[in-house]
Order: sequence, then structure tokens, then C-alpha cells
Amino acid sequence: MKHKRSLLALPYVGWMALFVVAPIVMVVVYAFTTAGFEPTASNFTGMGTYVSIFARSFQLALIATVICLLIGYPISYVMAKEGPGFQRVATVLIMLPMWVNFLLRTYSWMAILENNGLLNQLFDAIGLFDLINGLFGTDLTYFRMIRTQGAVVLGMVYNYLPFMILPIYSVILKLDRSLLEAAQDLGANSAYVFRRVIFPLSLPGVLSGVTMVFVPSVSTFAISRLLGGGTHMMLGDLIEQQFLGGAYNPHLGSAIALVMMLIVIVCMWVMNRFGQGEEQAVVL
Amino acid sequence: MSKELIRLSDCVMSYDGDVVLDHINLYINDREFLTLLGPSGCGKTTTLRIIGGFLSPTAGDVFFDGVRINDVPPHKRAVNTVFQKYALFPHLNVYENVAFGLRIPRAETVERDGKAASRKVKLSKQEIHNRVMEMLEVVNLKGFERRSVSALSGGQQQRVAIARALVNRPKVLLLDEPLGALDMRLRKDMQGELKRIQREMGITFIYVTHDQEEALAMSDTVVVMDQGKIQQIGTPEDIYNEPKNAFVADFIGESNILDGVMRADGVVEIFNRRFPCLDKGFAPDEPVDVVIRPEDVDIVDPGSGQLRGTVTAVTFKGVHYDTIVDFYGFKWLIQTTDFCPAGSDIGIQIDPDGIHVMRKSQYSGLFGDYSSYSEEYEEIGDADYVPDGEEDGHEA
Amino acid sequence: MKKQRRVGSRLFMALVFLFLYAPILLMVVFSFNAGNSNAVWQGFSLRWYEALFQDRSIMGSVYTTLLVSLLATLVATVAGTFAAVGLYSMRRRRRNALLAVNNIPMTNADIVTGVSLCLLFVAVFGFWNQFAANYRFTLNLFGTVYRITFPQLSLGFGTMLIAHITFNIPYVILSVGPKLRQMDGNLVDAARDLGCTWMGAFFKVILPEIKPGIISGALIAFTMSVDDFVISYFTAGTSVSTLAMEIYGMARRRISPEINAISTLLFVVVLALLAFHNIRESRAQRAAARRTY
Repeated sequence: MKHKRSLLALPYVGWMALFVVAPIVMVVVYAFTTAGFEPTASNFTGMGTYVSIFARSFQLALIATVICLLIGYPISYVMAKEGPGFQRVATVLIMLPMWVNFLLRTYSWMAILENNGLLNQLFDAIGLFDLINGLFGTDLTYFRMIRTQGAVVLGMVYNYLPFMILPIYSVILKLDRSLLEAAQDLGANSAYVFRRVIFPLSLPGVLSGVTMVFVPSVSTFAISRLLGGGTHMMLGDLIEQQFLGGAYNPHLGSAIALVMMLIVIVCMWVMNRFGQGEEQAVVL
Repeated sequence: MSKELIRLSDCVMSYDGDVVLDHINLYINDREFLTLLGPSGCGKTTTLRIIGGFLSPTAGDVFFDGVRINDVPPHKRAVNTVFQKYALFPHLNVYENVAFGLRIPRAETVERDGKAASRKVKLSKQEIHNRVMEMLEVVNLKGFERRSVSALSGGQQQRVAIARALVNRPKVLLLDEPLGALDMRLRKDMQGELKRIQREMGITFIYVTHDQEEALAMSDTVVVMDQGKIQQIGTPEDIYNEPKNAFVADFIGESNILDGVMRADGVVEIFNRRFPCLDKGFAPDEPVDVVIRPEDVDIVDPGSGQLRGTVTAVTFKGVHYDTIVDFYGFKWLIQTTDFCPAGSDIGIQIDPDGIHVMRKSQYSGLFGDYSSYSEEYEEIGDADYVPDGEEDGHEA
Repeated sequence: MKKQRRVGSRLFMALVFLFLYAPILLMVVFSFNAGNSNAVWQGFSLRWYEALFQDRSIMGSVYTTLLVSLLATLVATVAGTFAAVGLYSMRRRRRNALLAVNNIPMTNADIVTGVSLCLLFVAVFGFWNQFAANYRFTLNLFGTVYRITFPQLSLGFGTMLIAHITFNIPYVILSVGPKLRQMDGNLVDAARDLGCTWMGAFFKVILPEIKPGIISGALIAFTMSVDDFVISYFTAGTSVSTLAMEIYGMARRRISPEINAISTLLFVVVLALLAFHNIRESRAQRAAARRTY
């Protein structure tokens, strides 16, 4: 009877084979073949040219992830301590921007960060440029913010912060209160309880938050195009160009995508190990 | 030998006008094994949490060694707790769970330049190791240090929780239904174990349970609670033999509770018949509750007994028969080794020390009739019955 | 001191929310701007709303976005629910293996999901189109001659829909799964024991139990669909475009303030739906509270 019910999953298993597994196999096949589908490794050996793009992508994504963690963890922690009514409103407020497509929101940042945009107007209005010009003898009329790497990082943080907050928040919320009481009972003050109980137990949430921010950040092309002005090419841009852009070469694009995912998987694996290692270090 | 260690004085606890503890007065001696016993929602866990420092009473005071500790947070109290579902840290192994309390730097006051100053003191690795191993030995868990707590059985988790609480050398150990999640056999073993640990460590145990057998078997002192009030405090023998009111009589063991009138010192009238008893000090003709334990009734020939009744049901219990007997429409439970078939007429005889007389209370008339007797009578009759002991569910 | 910390934490939260909502607020404000600047206020006007309703490409893209999101959510919710029930009746090892595959679209970078599906569609369509071009049949039925040809296929709405369904189903399974795990395994047996048919047990026992999970799964799926750009971009081809693709296309030239107007409208609709939902829920709660007294 139970087995009969498990047949319900059969159509979906077929669907997954067709639209999840087969496409990935295609990527692997493309990555190891030439345009004439001859086996080759040249897609990988020629990748040295793109080292700087790899480096930049991982660097910017890492910075964005760290910033998200630094903002997201305290927010999650504070939210989990509030009452249920407050929590509901806060959760909705965090999810709500996602219903406005992320390109729309990113586009709005363009207007804010422009040379004659709102932020620069604000700085001008409060006399910041006059102050700086007076102090240093410069003749600043605006800060260059758009089309910088900083703007790209800002766009990543802005778009992916909810993905950091929500998993951490739900893990902290589900922590067994009696564990915190037990730690207090054994003599731990609140700082010690946080360090030795709450934080280690919230690591799974941190880990999934980090993944959910880092992966889209490292592979983005829309954010870097809109806020970086296309001047700072990232991995996403590179891949996109191989498929839909001018430098049409899906074989190279597949290879780059494959390498990118492999690096991400290795990073996550190391982090997982590191997370467990730390636990063990506490244990010993 | 015993000196007072903890005192609750006029403690009241209420949430939004809902009174959970109603003027509790209680003192607990050093090295005592004291049990808070009562049905779900009676306030026993709340009392324990007040002593542990997780709750602060709405009114009244808590004293520890003569010092008022109402506002002392849990981590500064010389009291440790074994939690209901153990609350073991899932990210730490057995060794680290037990060592948790020892690794916390403690503030210690030292004399410096004639002034008292406080500094943080950490135990050495060696000392932590020694104390953890010593504790694991006490709870018979040697060799389990590296195990993950989630890989342990319920009984083993229980032992880890006890070791973790005891390793700090508290003056008092609080145990909140610690055996509730264990099966019958293990429960019995752990009861003996806990008693042994308490004797070996020479500290005070405050134990919360809704299981009266457990309370009687383990305690020096039993505190019976109901509806936020203490109903009776006494030794297990006192509580069983001299219950103060119908609630205590019914909650502890099986009891037939009857309406009676005290005709004179040593004479009580039930069903218009006079019975000799040992109780004194009641007003002439005072209405009273009379408790007769099922095992104190002797069955005799119908003609020669003090009362005559008809057997309505018999259940074989192994050691004895549970026999339900109808006396003038009131059904008694009698436990006897003599088999009397249903429908037979019998007589009964009760010795004077088998009759216990109590003053009337709010509980009079509520308990003690076996007309719809069944094993699960109480559970079925009480819609609020929570099988898991999940009571006192008030979170501050 | 405790109070201070509370004020501090509230202030911190307020700042983060300001960060999250400032761009949206600006869009709303500047959708009413008379000028075409996004930074200089030139007076109130509704001209961008008027322009918006006459802009067929933007309105068309909004329609496409909503249609693909709704259809994908609908299909993914139904399919995901059945799949979840099936998966959670399997033995643990097989289930975990399948769940690992199920998780791939969620953890994989969108761009990889997008290009891999793009490769698949292009390759399959390549084969198909060759076949269709080479094989034509004529069928002679009772004197009438039918000429049968196979259509040429290309990326479009259909492929985009398949892609959306593919990345939505995992979210549905993820939110239905825990509810199934919490469910007492004997419930279904009890229903069957009491005479329910197999399907009856599914609709009368399982479905009500996991309903909250289904609803939240559908909500997440819809959110992901509406928020998606990358996967649509790689699977939609050139014939259709979603709102996000429209904006991305504009970014190379200049983005029209009509975008502010449509964003504002969408945001207001979402807010209204949310408010409606909250009012209904609090009313239901109040009614339930009254019933218990």
C-alpha cells in the first residue's frame, strides 16, 4: 500500500531525469567537446585567460557574502527574540521586496547611485563636498559610485540579504529553549550561552544562508551589467556571452560554468568540513 | 543534623490574573530528598523553576542559605537542574556535555591590596578531565565519553543529564520529571540509582513527579500539591497513612472515602454503624471524611462482620484480587487474597488502625467511590489529563 | 540597560528595512514625476502611467510574466504535492537519493540551470527540426489527400514554462515534505481501516494535513517565478519576454520611467493582496477565539 503510493513520484522522477539530469549531462558533454563534437580538453586548457575574471567574481561574491552575514546574523538573532506578532510582520517585510522583480529593484539603485543621482544630491545638500573641497583643496562635485565594483557588491547585498536572514532566523527560532536554560543553569552568562550554544547550533542556518548568497552572487551577470556598467566583467557575463552574446561558443561557456560550479562545490565542502572541524575542536 | 537550605515564603505566581501558585510556604533541608508531587497543572514545575531561577515569583520571597535570591539569575545560583527532556547539547559529545559547566570561567573574589576584587578563574584541563571522568563513573557511563548524545538511549541520556548537572557540585539538584520518558523497567532501576547518587554526593535533591509510587519510594519528604496549593507535607509514611484530606487520600494509593460522623474520641459512625478508630480531637458529632485503604479490610462470613455487602466485580491482580463490594449503594474497593465470586454476600471487619478520619475539605465528596472503577478511571474522567507530563506550560 | 539594548536593536532593524525599501519607495515617488529623470523632481504627473498603458511591449511582458508564473505555480504545486507524497512513502535511502537530485535546481546557480536547459532545448529541437524538414507524409483517405507536416520548434513560451516548472517543483516538495514527515503514519491506515478508498484517504486525510505546506510551497514557487530573470532569459528565446527581460534589454539604451509606473502598480497589488490576506486571517483568528469561550 505504501509502495503503491510511492508510484505517485514516478512522473516527477521522469521529469527530473529529463529536465534536471539530462541538461547537466549536456553541459558536461559540451564542455569536453569542440564545435564539431570532437572530444577535447582545450575548453579547459585555454581558461587561463580568464583567471582575473574568476578572481574578481569570487572576490566580490565573498565580500558581499560577508557583508550579508554581518548584517543578516544580528537581524535574525534580534528577530527571533521578538514576539510572534512582530516576527510575522518582519518576515513579511523581508520577503515583500522579492515580489518586485530583482531587476526592477536593481534598476532603482542605478538612479540612486548615478553621478547626478539622489545620493550625490543628498551629499551636496548637506554640504559634504564643500567640506571635503575646503579641507583638501579638491573640486569634487560628486562621488563616482555607479559603474564601480562597490556598486556591484551593494547590488548583491541588497538583492540577496533576505536569503541570508531567513534561514538563520528560522534555525535560531527553532532552537530548543530548554538548551539555553540548561546552559544558564550550568553557570553560563548570556554572552557565553551565545558563543557556546546559540552560535554553534545556528551554524546550519549560516551555512545555507552563505550558500544562498554566494552562489547567485558569484554567477550574476545582470547586477554587474546594470550597476557595474559592464566595465568589470564577471563570470556570469562571460558565460552569458558564450551563449547569447557576441562571442558565441557554448562549449567554452559550458566549461566555464562547470569549473565555476566545481569551485563553488569545493568551497562549500571545505566550509562544511571546517564547520564540523570547529565543533570537534570544541569537543576536544 | 539537617539545616534549612531553601525557603519559599508566601510565593505567589500568576499570569494575567491566572494564579498558578497560591501562597506557597516551604522549606527544604540540606541533604534532603524532597519530592513535589501532584497532577498536571498543580504548580510543581513552576515551583521548581522558581527555585532554579528561571521564573521570579509575582509575590513572596525565595531564600537560599538565608539570603534572598529572588533576582539572582540562574547562572549565579548554586543549584543545577536535570531538565524534563534532558536538554542535552546536540552539538557536543558526552564528555563535552558534562564538561560544559566546568569550562565556564567563574568570577572569584580575591583579596588584593586589602580590597576585595573579582577575577575570572578557569579550571585547568587536567582538573576538568578528572572531574568529568569522576562524574561519568558515578553515573556508570565510563567509556561513553566520545559518543554523540543523539546516539544514546533514553536511560543513557538521562545519566548524562544527571552527570552534567552534578559536575558543578551544586548544593541542590533539581529534577523535573526526569524519568518520565523512560519505560517501566528502566524507571525502577533509575529510581534506585538516583537514590544512591543522592546519598553518595550528599546533596539536596528536589524532585518533581506526578507518579505517586515514585514519590513514596524515593523521598525523605513528599509535598503534595494541587491547584497551586500545598495540600500536605510529610514523610511518605505520613502521607500514605495520615492523608490530610480527600485529595491526598485519593491521589496517593487507592482509597475508599466515605462520609462519616465523629461520635466521640475513637468512635466514628459510617452507614449508621459505629466503628472503633484511633482518631481523636474532633468536635462532638463533627461530619468527617473517612479513609479506608483497600488492603485494610478483612473479609469474613456475612453474619459475623461489621458490615454486610454484595460483591459486584472481581479482577485478578496476581498478588491479590481487586474486589468491588456494594455496601448500601456505595462501592468499595477491597484488595484481598481470598477469592469471592461476583454476586456472593460477604461481611467485613476493619481494625481500628485501618480507619483514618479527616476533616471535611473542598475535596469532600469528589473522590473515593469505586462505582465506575476501572484502571484508567482517572485519566478518562479528566479531560485535562496530559499523558506526557507536559504541564505547567506557562512560558514567561 | 536592557531597554537601551532593545531600542538599539529596533533601530538597527529599522535601518535595514530602510535599506531594503528605499529603492522601492523611490520608484513609487518617481513614477509620478513629470520629467523623465529618476533623480530630479519636476512636478506631479500621471504621464508615465498613460504611456505605460499604451506601451504594448511592456504590457505584453507583464502579461507574459504573470501568465508563466501562474501556470508554473499551478502545475508545480500539483505535481510537487503528488511527488512529495510519493517520495515520502519510499524507503529512506531511495528517497534521500531522489531528494538530492531534487535539490540540484535550488542550489545550482541560476545561470547554470538556465544554460543547461537552453542547451537541452536547442539540441532536441535541432534534431526534431531536421526530422520535421525531411519527413512529410501524404495520406490518401477516401480520395482526399492530406498533407501532414511536422511543425518546426523553437525556444519560446513553452520552453520557458517548462523551465519555471522545473525550478518551482523543488520548492513545493521542500515545504510539503516536512508536513508529511510530521504526519502520523497510521492516519492513512486508520482511514483505510474505516473504509476509505485509496484515493479517498489521500483527499480526506493526507491533503488536509499537508495543506499549509502546499499553500506555502505555492507561494514560494510564485515568488521565485516572479523574481526570476536569469532562467527565463536563457530559455525564452527571442519571441517572448518577461518584464525583467524587457528591463534588461532597455538597460543597454535608456530605461523608461514607465518601468517605475509598472513597478509601483505591481507593488501596490502585492500590498493589497497581503493586506486582504492579513485582515481575513485576523478575522478568522478572532472568530476562532470567540468560539473557544
